Amino acid sequence: MLSLNEIHKTFYPNTPDERLALVDVNQKLEAGDFVTIIGSNGAGKSTLLNTLAGSIIPDEGEVSIDGRDVTRLPEQKRAAYIGRVFQDPMSGTAPGMTIEENMVISLGRTKRRSLFRGVSKQLRERFREHLATLEIGLEDRLNTKVGLLSGGERQALSLLMATFTEPKILLLDEHTAALDPSKQELILRLTRELVEKHSLTTVMVTHQMEQAIDFGNRLWMMDEGKIIFEANDDEKDELTVPDLLQNFENIRGKRMASDRALLSK
Amino acid sequence: MITSIYGAIESGLIYAIMALGVYISFRLLDFPDLTVDGSFVTGGAVTSVMIVNGTDPFTATIAGAIAGFFAGCITGLLHTKGNINPLLAGILMMIALYSINLRIMGQPNIPLLNEHTLFTTLSGWWEALNLEAIFMAPFHWLGIADFAPRSFYALMSLLVLIIIVKKLMDFFLRTEAGTTLRATGDNQKMVRSFSANTSLYIIVGMGVSNMLVAFSGAMVVQHSGFADINLGVGMIIIGLASVIIGEVLFGKDKIVRMTLAVILGAIVYRIIYSMALRIDFLEASDMKLITALIVVVALVFPHWLGQTNAKNQYKKSKAKAASG
Repeated sequence: MLSLNEIHKTFYPNTPDERLALVDVNQKLEAGDFVTIIGSNGAGKSTLLNTLAGSIIPDEGEVSIDGRDVTRLPEQKRAAYIGRVFQDPMSGTAPGMTIEENMVISLGRTKRRSLFRGVSKQLRERFREHLATLEIGLEDRLNTKVGLLSGGERQALSLLMATFTEPKILLLDEHTAALDPSKQELILRLTRELVEKHSLTTVMVTHQMEQAIDFGNRLWMMDEGKIIFEANDDEKDELTVPDLLQNFENIRGKRMASDRALLSK
Repeated sequence: MITSIYGAIESGLIYAIMALGVYISFRLLDFPDLTVDGSFVTGGAVTSVMIVNGTDPFTATIAGAIAGFFAGCITGLLHTKGNINPLLAGILMMIALYSINLRIMGQPNIPLLNEHTLFTTLSGWWEALNLEAIFMAPFHWLGIADFAPRSFYALMSLLVLIIIVKKLMDFFLRTEAGTTLRATGDNQKMVRSFSANTSLYIIVGMGVSNMLVAFSGAMVVQHSGFADINLGVGMIIIGLASVIIGEVLFGKDKIVRMTLAVILGAIVYRIIYSMALRIDFLEASDMKLITALIVVVALVFPHWLGQTNAKNQYKKSKAKAASG
């Protein structure tokens, strides 16, 4: 489904600020895989996600989706295969437009946008059904401007918009990090439901070890641009937070002390 | 006095087309576009040169609008592909168009008084259908014939024209492509993440915006009977004034309502303009200053009003808390 071949990316090469963002990343995801990526700040999680999305083009290596080489495919073209939810709830929706208009835009991901009426009666019905599955009452507010929704509601809408057109790959970039705990719970529940419902291949970046362990069938731990630890299926099922910390400590050694503070449980 | 209001409404209807163009760039695409000062003249220049050379006025007007479309596309290209700041891209295009417009016109001023224009054609049809009598009848009947405009033909045909333009625009802005265009000015990152080419939307959107502006310019030169190289100076501010006045006085969220508000805003602006011209110590040349003041007031006033309202509410709630 998705494969990463010897991906390298260096920021500011040949300057004092040079930083190795991705070093020799080799991975494959099968259809239906759900991988969580964990790591401290600057480990390369976001760079990896952006490389998948096409916002960052790697220096070396190859990204392919469904057997098609997409390494140099610009972001907006690649988005035909990729659904994306950003960390900032404001990023994934257009605030000045209504819920139904936002959903019309998300529908255009898979096809050419036409000169026909955007919101039709049947579409409105379909939107209403999908919104109802969120169980937060958005189905009755189709004509509400998205800017009037709360952060949690906007993120739920972003999540729905990214998933209901069934992308080949769903990218979640710390999509609960900017929300308060109760809203985090809501978004996580919805994530689980929507990913299952559409059986999406998912890549989720997170700061929280517990989330990383709770979700998905695979886990990658990143550090200094490398995937330093991975656990799949059964192995991952047995993983606990102390295990993860232990692993991290073994591999990283002494710098751990300062990082323990950054990785919250 | 009364007749000057009819005149103001007439020009308001023509300038409303320009204001709708400015609404697309300024509000929907969030692109303050100074190309308008140039493309307005481009429309007028192309149309008047073609008319002088014997082209029929319909074709000439359409050609003028298309010229504006290309000018707008170039501004869009400069911004999206050349990474030039929107304001600067517009200024560059405005300056470049000044020379281009002079080239098109060949002279700084083209009179159209004895030419066949859209308006002479329309007035011919109007007389052939004998519609004037029908429209004048109620005025005669009420005994207020003195308050009737000299002729209804321009007013009525412009009204029909603006309704067509508005309907087309409302339709387009609610299509899938139109919805995406509006979202591009709202949240580009999001639009890109749903696989839309935002650069293309900006380029075409700027094209359509300046097409309306040039169309308006083409109508203005035919209405006033001459084209002038300086016709477009300050046009963007007039457009902004119309958009902002419209929003403040008649604006609502819905797009259908917004386009109507912009049209009414353009008419109100023209009425204010004609009133101001009647004040003795003001001269025609002062209008740019007045326009600028209108825009400043229209921009500052709602903001200021919002603050006072918030303050009053705060005071009220405090008083309530104190008494309760």
